[in-house]
Amino acid sequence: MDLKKLGEVPKSYVKEILNSLSKLDKLKKVPFFTGIHFKDTEKELNKKIDEYRKVDRESRRIWRIVELSRNEGRPQCRDYIDGIFTDFTELSGDRLTGEDRSITAGIGKINGITTVVIGHNKGKDTNERVRYNFGMSIPQGYRKSQRIMRLADKFGFPVITFIDTPGAHAGLEAEDNGQSGAIACSIQLMFELKVPVIAILIGEGGSGGALALAIGNEVAMLENSTYSVISPEACSAILWKNPTGTKLAARALKMTSKNLLRLGIIDRIINEPRSGAQNDPKRMISIVERYISDALKRLGKYSGEELKLQRAEKFENIGVFTRQ
Amino acid sequence: MTSNKKKIKCRSCNKDIEREVYLLNHQVCPYCNDHSSISCRERVQIVTDENSFIEQDSNLSSIDLLKFYDLKSYSDRLKEARLKTSLNSAIITGEAKIDGHKTALGIMDFSFMGGSMGSVVGEKIKNLSDLSIEKNIPLILFSSSGGARMQEGIVSLMQMAKTVSSIRRVMERKIPYISVITHPTTGGVSASFSTIADIIIAEPGVLFCFAGPRVVEQTIKEGMPEDFGLSERNLKNGQVDMIINRGEIKKTLARLIRLFKG
Repeated sequence: MDLKKLGEVPKSYVKEILNSLSKLDKLKKVPFFTGIHFKDTEKELNKKIDEYRKVDRESRRIWRIVELSRNEGRPQCRDYIDGIFTDFTELSGDRLTGEDRSITAGIGKINGITTVVIGHNKGKDTNERVRYNFGMSIPQGYRKSQRIMRLADKFGFPVITFIDTPGAHAGLEAEDNGQSGAIACSIQLMFELKVPVIAILIGEGGSGGALALAIGNEVAMLENSTYSVISPEACSAILWKNPTGTKLAARALKMTSKNLLRLGIIDRIINEPRSGAQNDPKRMISIVERYISDALKRLGKYSGEELKLQRAEKFENIGVFTRQ
Repeated sequence: MTSNKKKIKCRSCNKDIEREVYLLNHQVCPYCNDHSSISCRERVQIVTDENSFIEQDSNLSSIDLLKFYDLKSYSDRLKEARLKTSLNSAIITGEAKIDGHKTALGIMDFSFMGGSMGSVVGEKIKNLSDLSIEKNIPLILFSSSGGARMQEGIVSLMQMAKTVSSIRRVMERKIPYISVITHPTTGGVSASFSTIADIIIAEPGVLFCFAGPRVVEQTIKEGMPEDFGLSERNLKNGQVDMIINRGEIKKTLARLIRLFKG
């Protein structure tokens, strides 16, 4: 038995294998069993170790994508806005209680079409990151975006969202201001829009905070972005009870663009420049620009009612279950 | 609540309660009004007219689509939950009468994997919405859930969208939708179908928030307020319409349905 192999196995499994090995060794020492071959058992254990190594390798590969999706050099919402839209005019405030800088919203033109653009900001330096609360929005942000989506609906402007958030902000004030309701109402409103909605995940798609802006007729993901019900860190803390499962959780959650396309959750993967968007932001922005203008052409053929119905049918059909 | 033979100790005020008194009081402590979690079957008894609940989709059950494995496999967790609760999923749905009024009723059960919402909960709520539309009867949902079911990954996140979309179709047809928040309602369930209702009723002392107290505690410097996330604080902050004792919920629902009928 090659014990060196165990070093590469995820820690949580090592104990299990060592237990089996020590049992096997004990059995070998019982005089009654001398001459009996344990090859099959050894083979099985080796197979198990190989399997675990495969899981481990895959987890590391997926973890690299998670890290890429959070890379600070990736173009952010503001870069796409500046690079793609002309005459962009930012609008602020939810007209109720405040202004949330973690979401940028406004009106701008692409190919001569006026569109509403809404997206999460993460910020590029410490100052910006603090000002944008690291891209974690509060109810005022979701209500601001709802106000501006209603404006889009009223004037018939397509809505384009750029999603890049670790998740909605978890804080006392956010709770007191109705964080749950703000997210739920944002989802509800997006199902009511009679204009084309294009949602693009450009980095991190963290849970409800991402979904609140992601009810699109087309949902696209950049190749190295992620979209998940929970962060791998939080998932590990809950299910593994400690951080050791983080990389395994990243794999288990199937949060990469390839997995999500296969599962039918997203409609399209937008390819990134070689080794990631951070290596050539300019090129990345022009690829996204082309995607948006193509998508606008595709969706431009449909009536408002058709667009609304398509969104409802698409999301209401997601789910896997059995009748037994 | 911990139980022994004749007396039950309240988890909140620690007083001993006669088992019979406790059960007659719908598992609410007669001394401190603590509303503990109850099973969906018990809830049916309390809220609906006798023998009026016609369950639908009772055979819908989850599949381990992602082959999710943490310390245990999702399939094993499902098996355990089914054995423990004798339920197939975290919600039961169907048609039921409340004071003679027909309703489309869904009740979540926290004991089935923390009431977490996966594909089955989503599909059942969608089908219930369709029933509500088809028969033109009010939709009533009792929530009790820790949020989306991690083991179904992104598919569970999408159930937030699925439930909101299907219930939105009910609301669009001017059919009343009443959401009843029971302990606890958090995460993906509080941030989806349970908060878009025409009327939101909460039981007393219920945890109803987006992020749980342990998560929020890490983000604030001063101590947590004692009433964090509780229904009373939600009422004060304008997030729920009313707080109603368990024993009064049926009456309240019946009154609301009568009012909506005009």
